[in-house]
Amino acid sequence: MKIGVFVCHCGSNIEATVDTATVAAAAREFPGVVFATDTMYTCSEPGQDEIVDAIKEHNLDGIVVASCSPRMHEQTFRRTVERAGLNKYLFEMANIREHVSWIGKDREANTNKAVDLVRMASEKLMNNQPLYPKKFTINKRVLIIGGGVAGIQAALDCADGGLEVVMVEKTSTIGGKMAKLDKTFPTVDCSSCILGPRMVDVAQHPNITLYAFSEIEEINGYVGNFEIKVKKKATYVDWDACTGCGICMEKCPSKKATDTFNEEIDFTKAINIPFAQAIPKKAKIDPEFCTMLKKGKCGVCAKVCPSGCIDYEMKDEFITEKVGAIVTATGFDLFDWTVYEEYGGGRYPDVITSLQYERMLSASGPTGGHIKRPSDGKEPKDVVFIQCVGSRDKSVGRPYCTGFCCMYTAKQAILTKDHLPGSQSYVFYMDIRAAGKLYDEFTRRAMEEYDTNYIRGRVSMIYPKGDKLLVRGADTLMGTQVEVDADLVVLAVGAEASKGASKLAEKLRISYDSYGFYMEGHPKLKPVETNTAGVYLAGACQGPKDIPSSVAQGSAAAAKVLGLFSKDQLESDPQVSTVDIKRCIGCGKCIQTCPFGAIKEIDFRGMIKANVIETICQGCGICTSTCPQGAVQLQHSTDNQILSEVNALCQF
Amino acid sequence: MPVLEGKELRIVGFLCNWCSYGGADTAGVGRFNQPTDLRIIKVPCSGRIDPLFIVKALMNGADGVLVSGCHPRDCHYSEGNFYARRRLEIMQKFLPILGYEPGRFEYTWVSASEGQRWQQVVTEFTDQIHKLGPAPKIVGPEASDTLSLMQAALK
Repeated sequence: MKIGVFVCHCGSNIEATVDTATVAAAAREFPGVVFATDTMYTCSEPGQDEIVDAIKEHNLDGIVVASCSPRMHEQTFRRTVERAGLNKYLFEMANIREHVSWIGKDREANTNKAVDLVRMASEKLMNNQPLYPKKFTINKRVLIIGGGVAGIQAALDCADGGLEVVMVEKTSTIGGKMAKLDKTFPTVDCSSCILGPRMVDVAQHPNITLYAFSEIEEINGYVGNFEIKVKKKATYVDWDACTGCGICMEKCPSKKATDTFNEEIDFTKAINIPFAQAIPKKAKIDPEFCTMLKKGKCGVCAKVCPSGCIDYEMKDEFITEKVGAIVTATGFDLFDWTVYEEYGGGRYPDVITSLQYERMLSASGPTGGHIKRPSDGKEPKDVVFIQCVGSRDKSVGRPYCTGFCCMYTAKQAILTKDHLPGSQSYVFYMDIRAAGKLYDEFTRRAMEEYDTNYIRGRVSMIYPKGDKLLVRGADTLMGTQVEVDADLVVLAVGAEASKGASKLAEKLRISYDSYGFYMEGHPKLKPVETNTAGVYLAGACQGPKDIPSSVAQGSAAAAKVLGLFSKDQLESDPQVSTVDIKRCIGCGKCIQTCPFGAIKEIDFRGMIKANVIETICQGCGICTSTCPQGAVQLQHSTDNQILSEVNALCQF
Repeated sequence: MPVLEGKELRIVGFLCNWCSYGGADTAGVGRFNQPTDLRIIKVPCSGRIDPLFIVKALMNGADGVLVSGCHPRDCHYSEGNFYARRRLEIMQKFLPILGYEPGRFEYTWVSASEGQRWQQVVTEFTDQIHKLGPAPKIVGPEASDTLSLMQAALK
């Protein structure tokens, strides 16, 4: 093999701590290497052209590029060598940036290590074979997990693009967090007026199948051909017959059921419809509070239901759906603020979360849009907002900024003045983060036009004083202590990964960060892709996001799905296992261990042999290390290829 | 290249592509300084690692071997790291029988987001190997015969 080696400076990213000229010189002495050079930016157009020219000039049939991580540019350079007429698998990368130049400043040790990595790559390359992809047909349906605003956007865009969409939503209505909001910043337009019609579109779109009150039980398969098991949780109401009239809810005698939609500022009935604009507008029974389901007595709802759709015997149901791509839009949950003892740890009824306040402000909420103190139902006069509760706080394990709390706090301060013109709002803040179109202007309006008192500093303590709450904090700009007698305290609670996000990630086989937010394919260039082909992200499941960003991601994910489905067939990755039929003894161990069922038994002249179905094989190589005969070999990671790297490292 | 005498030892890492290799990349992007001894071999999955790779590395002169994969239940291929864990656990018990001190081989789990954890793993493992010193080498006039016999036994 005639190998060409290109050692990249990456500007000064590599060159500053690795002597790339020495690496190239050392590479020229390696077996098989006929050409080696160092280049400024190998990934740039002139850099890539240099590779193409060298291949032609020196008749190279293998290329090593020593530069950044293969996770960054392997695909780029594979296309380059392909452009020069080589098979793209006759290419190897040595990661001398992330694994060498960026993690140490010792130039001698770094150069030495870079030479080793290039040697490993060229030794492996000498064992590489040209590989060719196979084609397989795909199922052009898409699964959207989560019916918040990001999921709704993705679903509608995909459906409008002609795809069949399956949407699975955990709760009994779609709408997500946005449906709970009263108004949205910075326009102060009504949240349900902009979201409501989109929700109706989901329900009425001929291409969308909606499974509300359902969860993902199991995911099998791979890009183009996923098989999803959906658990339709028992609602005890036949949704095909339920008209959403709400008579059952009116008559239900069990009045103390947890109202999650209204953030528990009020109770709901054991049989309930979350809110008037719910999609689907269907009732469900909460078995924890239903007397009939608990004690076998009552049955009022069954008696009053005009369409006779109550079914106390209903069980969870499982449905299988086949799709070709998945968009996960599972959103976020609120941080559990009760860990903050200084804010009362949940003991004072008049300390509430921003989302609870949102329900209070909403005309469709339990107070009908009137701001009332939970303790005595009185109108508050002095309202204190505390920002960064569970955001930017290392001590509670949430060092990140949620990003949208500054904005909704400004909005809530404005709305407070609108609802109660005689009131005074105070905002304790750390910094105002209002990066966005018309965002800074908005927070300024809250301060200047609505007379909100912004105090830069943290609150150290809240304690009751008569029927009020004394809020004590620091004003770090004035260098003084501040005390406010508040009637109501609203905490701007930060966002965290939604409950169960990690469990779903395991089913999807995607990664998540230490906070539980899903990892995108690349922080800059692949914001909605994951490292698992065919699985995309939208909205706050990837990290806290406001509505415009979530919607943008929903559309971006839909564009990716439509792009994926623009072909009728996909090319399979040829880095799959193959069986050497002469060595295979038909023991079947590979068949047992394959997680994808990609290996099947075949009859070969009366003998049992293993056979890999190339389009199903995902290239993990578990079979290769299981095979006692070395008969199954994962292409591009064969025993010989890995051992040649080991030898390149250890024997010199 | 030979190891830098008195400065470095030969440490081989086998990392899965999806989690730990990504974690090592994340550590690089974050500029988390690490010792320079480790050389990383990328494999698709920790379940792809044949324990013989580890033996061969040690036999051929590595002073330490580090394996890292996705956290259990977080495998890109659902269950590859479970197979890896069984094999590597046995391997760890078996190496002392072959004459390699315990501690020359370790395995761990690092996700693609855990750059800082990767820095810590590499630093601690490198320290551990430096404390053990260079691995005993097969030397003497019959060294090459012995090695080829051992190689043949492992085929």
